[in-house]
Amino acid sequence: RLPKTARSNTPPHIYITMNEDLKEMLESNKESLKLEAMKRIVGLIAKGKNAYELFPAVVKNVASKNIELKKLVYVYLVRYAEEQQDLALLSISTFQRALKDPNQLIRASALRVLSSIRVPIIVPIMMLAIKEAATDLSPYVRKTAAHAIQKLYSLDPDQKEHLIEVIEKLLKDKSTLVAGSVVMAFEEVCPDRIDLIHKNYRKLCNLLVDVEEWGQVVIIHMLTRYARTQFVSPWREDAVFDENSEKTFYDSEGRRVDQSKPYIMDPDHRLLLRNTKPLLQSRNTAVVMAVSQLYWHLAPKHELSIITKSLVRLLRSHREVQYIVLQNIATMSIQRKGMFEPFMKSFYVRSTDATHIKTLKLEILTNLANEANISTILRELQTYVKSQDKAFAAATIQAIGRCATNISEVTDTCLNGLVLLLSNRDETVVAESVVVIKKLLQTQPSQHSDIIKHMAKLFDSITVPMARASILWLMGEYCEHVPKNAPDVLRKMAKTFISEEDIVKLQTVNLAAKLYLSNSKQTKLLTQYILNLGKYDQNYDIRDRTRFIRQLIVPNEKSGALSRYARRILMAPKPAPVLQSAFKDRDRFQLGTLSHTLNSQSNGYLELSDWPAVAPDQSVRIVEVVELAGAPLLGKSKPGKSAEKFYSDSEEEEEEEGSSSEDSSSSSSEESESESESEENSDDSNKSSSSESDSEKKKKTLKNKKLQQQKPDILNITYLPPQIIQKALLLFIMTKFFSIHIVLAFSNQFVANCRCSLLCLCVFLACQFDAVSWHVRVSLQASFPVFVPETSHELLHRMTGKGLSAQYRFTRQPCIYGNSMVSLQLTLSNSSDQALENIHISEKSSTGQNIHRFNAIERLEPQASVTVSMGVDFNDSTQAANFQLCVSIQPAVGELLLPITMTEADFTKEQGKLLGMNESSATITMTPENISSQSVNRKVVSVANLGVIPSSQENIHRRCLNLTKPTFWNVIKKTNCS
Amino acid sequence: MIHSLFLINNAGDLFLEKHWKSVISRSVCDYFFEAREKAVEPDNVPPVIRTPHHYLINIYREKIFFVSVIQTEVPPLFVIEFLHRVAETFQDYFGECSETTIKDNVVIVYELLEEMLDNGFPLATESNILKELIRPPTILRSMVNTITGSSNVGETLPTGQLSNIPWRRAGVKYTNNEAYFDVVEEIDAILDKSGTTVFAEIQGVIDACVKLSGMPDLTLSFMNPRLLDDVSFHPCVRYKRWESERVISFIPPDGNFQLMSYHISAQNLVAIPIYVKQNISFFETGSSGRLDIAVGPKQTMGKTVECLVVTVHMPKVVLSANLSATQGTYNYDPVTKILLWDIGKLNPQKLPNLKGSLSLQSGAPKPEENPSLNIDLKIQQLAISGLKVNRLDMYGEKYKPFKGVKYVTKAGKFQQRLSEWLLVHTEV
Repeated sequence: RLPKTARSNTPPHIYITMNEDLKEMLESNKESLKLEAMKRIVGLIAKGKNAYELFPAVVKNVASKNIELKKLVYVYLVRYAEEQQDLALLSISTFQRALKDPNQLIRASALRVLSSIRVPIIVPIMMLAIKEAATDLSPYVRKTAAHAIQKLYSLDPDQKEHLIEVIEKLLKDKSTLVAGSVVMAFEEVCPDRIDLIHKNYRKLCNLLVDVEEWGQVVIIHMLTRYARTQFVSPWREDAVFDENSEKTFYDSEGRRVDQSKPYIMDPDHRLLLRNTKPLLQSRNTAVVMAVSQLYWHLAPKHELSIITKSLVRLLRSHREVQYIVLQNIATMSIQRKGMFEPFMKSFYVRSTDATHIKTLKLEILTNLANEANISTILRELQTYVKSQDKAFAAATIQAIGRCATNISEVTDTCLNGLVLLLSNRDETVVAESVVVIKKLLQTQPSQHSDIIKHMAKLFDSITVPMARASILWLMGEYCEHVPKNAPDVLRKMAKTFISEEDIVKLQTVNLAAKLYLSNSKQTKLLTQYILNLGKYDQNYDIRDRTRFIRQLIVPNEKSGALSRYARRILMAPKPAPVLQSAFKDRDRFQLGTLSHTLNSQSNGYLELSDWPAVAPDQSVRIVEVVELAGAPLLGKSKPGKSAEKFYSDSEEEEEEEGSSSEDSSSSSSEESESESESEENSDDSNKSSSSESDSEKKKKTLKNKKLQQQKPDILNITYLPPQIIQKALLLFIMTKFFSIHIVLAFSNQFVANCRCSLLCLCVFLACQFDAVSWHVRVSLQASFPVFVPETSHELLHRMTGKGLSAQYRFTRQPCIYGNSMVSLQLTLSNSSDQALENIHISEKSSTGQNIHRFNAIERLEPQASVTVSMGVDFNDSTQAANFQLCVSIQPAVGELLLPITMTEADFTKEQGKLLGMNESSATITMTPENISSQSVNRKVVSVANLGVIPSSQENIHRRCLNLTKPTFWNVIKKTNCS
Repeated sequence: MIHSLFLINNAGDLFLEKHWKSVISRSVCDYFFEAREKAVEPDNVPPVIRTPHHYLINIYREKIFFVSVIQTEVPPLFVIEFLHRVAETFQDYFGECSETTIKDNVVIVYELLEEMLDNGFPLATESNILKELIRPPTILRSMVNTITGSSNVGETLPTGQLSNIPWRRAGVKYTNNEAYFDVVEEIDAILDKSGTTVFAEIQGVIDACVKLSGMPDLTLSFMNPRLLDDVSFHPCVRYKRWESERVISFIPPDGNFQLMSYHISAQNLVAIPIYVKQNISFFETGSSGRLDIAVGPKQTMGKTVECLVVTVHMPKVVLSANLSATQGTYNYDPVTKILLWDIGKLNPQKLPNLKGSLSLQSGAPKPEENPSLNIDLKIQQLAISGLKVNRLDMYGEKYKPFKGVKYVTKAGKFQQRLSEWLLVHTEV
């Protein structure tokens, strides 16, 4: 090893010798040596030791075939590229090549490493790679692209606008793999661009259950923020209104109207709540917490209870999880005791809990305390006071104090209990008790002078400064209740003043001043002595206080008016302190966040906005399934009604994103066609302005076409290429939903002419139909008919119908098949003696009406009748509807035959040709009395139209034929007399 | 999200670091060491520590601190859950998660960490996927690898990563198809001095070991599903079926996994299998005390209680214990002040008893604090809640699997409080 060190010019150093070693291994030809070297280098990196001078040797191996070696080189590159920027650039071309690799894992890892190399010069390359990867076929690569967005953003925030474009594209991705990562990128790069979420909101809600768990957490947090900006508050503010009901009575009308309006939850709001609920059962605690906070911030108050159980379940998890969950429960339990009260016992403290867990549990128990459960809680708290963990015992005493102030019923009990604790051997316990008692006594000092006396007696044995100071303050404040003890305590203090802590000294000065004012005869000298001691104290504050007090209480010529008020200043009744939870103000942060845990805003915390007073336009979330059709025409056509507007608006957006140049060119040609068509029409219908492509007008012109049966025009259209017709139709549908029935009727005309393209169109129309009818129903609610006529009309007499008769009747019910249809009820009865089969309406409709046929009736038995309903669209005209009623009669097999005559020889010859596959035989067993040839003859002939050919053989009786396709019948009588 | 990870052992040595974004100096851990020192016990270290520029979120597991560095707002549970997942992955790969195994497998650890996070956001945490990307070490494989130079790293994207069921890989094949389920219940209880239940609940898990070929679709049903108060499932379980039919329907991951955990709350009556009679007293004078503990069966449903261990946390002043046990062995650790009595199997005919004297620090006052008594036990073939698996059906595959269900009851956080001290005055 020595010569190696000598060779290197750098000063000898132990790592360098080692690294020389590694360098040689990396430069060898053997793969295994290289791998070994890389493994050792990774070991160095892991230990935090420097290996950066090996960079040139390592970077050479970036294109290695060995995948493990390659990965380790990646690890190294990402770690040191920042420090060796120039050399790192050598590897870039390798990654660029790998980005085109057919293996998705290699593409993805190349992007991962490329984007992790924090070298500003490659930003354009990264940008390009990200854009390409965002459209990759593999969702895994797209996921990596989403991660790379964040990396590039932190490297160069100037790329924000371009990155937002990529995010927008990836947000549309339907893969569950991508969703979480892209939302993460969104949160990091552009959390304020809430408009990007609108269109994807419903998709995200629906995908949520299938997204991987980490993505779920991120998406749920994002959606919580989103929902708070988009929906109105589900929390009825009844309580607030109750409080100042008098005020609201005279208040502006507007508010009252607002309140009286019942709250209806936005369906999208409900969708979010519904789709997150199952995630409460997730094994991932972060997911459960995320859903809980979502419910806390978004759900109506009465639905909150479902998160309780899940949160309590999390308490069984790891210590750290417990810590975070308990913190959040503590915040919740302040506002809503009822949520956790049934689970109170889950918060009982175990001696094995960590201190911070114990304190949090204590906090929650205190929050949960009410009149009903206080005795149970106090009993529990008493056992904690005796805990070995003194910090916890002290916290328990604080908690008892809080219970005592919050629930007046137990104030005395608590106070007595705390007084008992004053004789505890442990100093922290005693001191904490004194402090708490002091606070409690402030609420009702007159009743508790004996406690104050007791504390005065204890004063000598208490050494904790805070406790001593508290007692002194109590003495001073209530010196009138303990006139004998207070001067004595002051006397003792005068003796030990010099050796006391500052806080005790301050209170001694206070006590002296108060006693001087109330009992100057006994304490004048003592006070002066103490004030003199304070005057020369080392502490600035104490000297200051002493000077102030002296001026205030000892009247002299300088002090003027102030000293007259000394008594009122010093002895003013002071409000009792409110013992509050430490978690009181934490609810300003979103639950489950780091900021909430630390109770201070952390970097990158996104504020949860207040509910908007009025919900923003909810239509922004509507996503159209239609993605066809040309934009230009749509842009031109300005629908008059607002109800339609939001459809077309959203389409416009879609179009702008989706349509390529090719699309628009084709649609513009089609536009001109349809325009010319409408021009022609408008001439006919006496419309003056032809250039206006108002859809309302189109509808009318179309209607006119229908009504007047203007064949030429229609033919004009029919001779257009099918593609264009299809597109034209689509346009109508999209601009004018409610005119769809016309378009439908319209399309029926073409079925014969341009089948292929219209077939798919019809399917599409059918799909559209649902949406449209729904829309119409919302806007125009049909009412029930007032009177339904019972009279039926004859449609088909049984004589003309050859046994089938039909009657029809208008039911006046809204037609279930379509909004513009009139429902008809047909009663079909069979008065013949044969069953009628397959009764249906012919598909060939002679007139333009759209008819919803009833389902074909398979079989109608003789004398039976059946009632069916159908819908006919009369196009709001009185034109008669024509349709053909088809009835089929299935004939018996035997009736299809025709007898012919032939000789027996011919018969056998012909029959010989039809053997094998064409042969069929069956055996019929007959009773002996029927076996005579006549009777068999008669029976066979009655079933089938057959001819008889006399046979020479005795047992063979009949053969006969059908004319067109000869069929040979051979009836062989086997006289098996058994 | 997660910027860096530092692994620190109990002695305060930082033995591994990994950065997912730019490098953060390990000096950031000084804030952690400060908190560690202040906390005395490792358990008392606060999980979230704020430093001027970063936030440290840590977990303590298997005597290792996993300290992660965070720079911006993130749900803390997200990080905590992830760190535990890392620890579990190590355990899965190396058999145990300890400083030695991590140091021995540092390259695999690094490769794993690289795959698990990308830019601080979890990428692949499902053990099935990870195992396809990076094969766990075995002696045989490492030997083969050194000879042939082949690698431990998968070359293609694991099939699970892209499918709707990322937890299962395609093309699993076994000659013996078997599915075993362990219903493990733990009793969490707090008893007061007299043995009355203050609080008790049952926490259960169903651990599964499923080795089935192909894509089996399993349905597990219970005799008494109503017992289950609150459940949480492995992602493979179809929640909708549970909601509507109370059956557990799932396509299982391959190998060992936790199918579900459940909770039977305090509202139901929880059977307490044993009772403990104890009398620990200290004399006012003489710096000594007396201890007498007896254990007996209470509601064992006719099963034997095994692995019975009683642990007493003694007050600080107790120096030593001079005791005699009728069964099992006892040990008093004067440093941690823990008295551990390992009883073993509980014999109902001859109840075990531990008796003797305690000696205290001379001159110290009689301790006032409560010791507490923790009990550990195990009952085979019994689910104390009475939960019973009804049947397991398999769809989607033709073969007939071996099926088995095992029940075990354990003591979870089972504690008896010794509320009051009996004041005994010595008469000399």
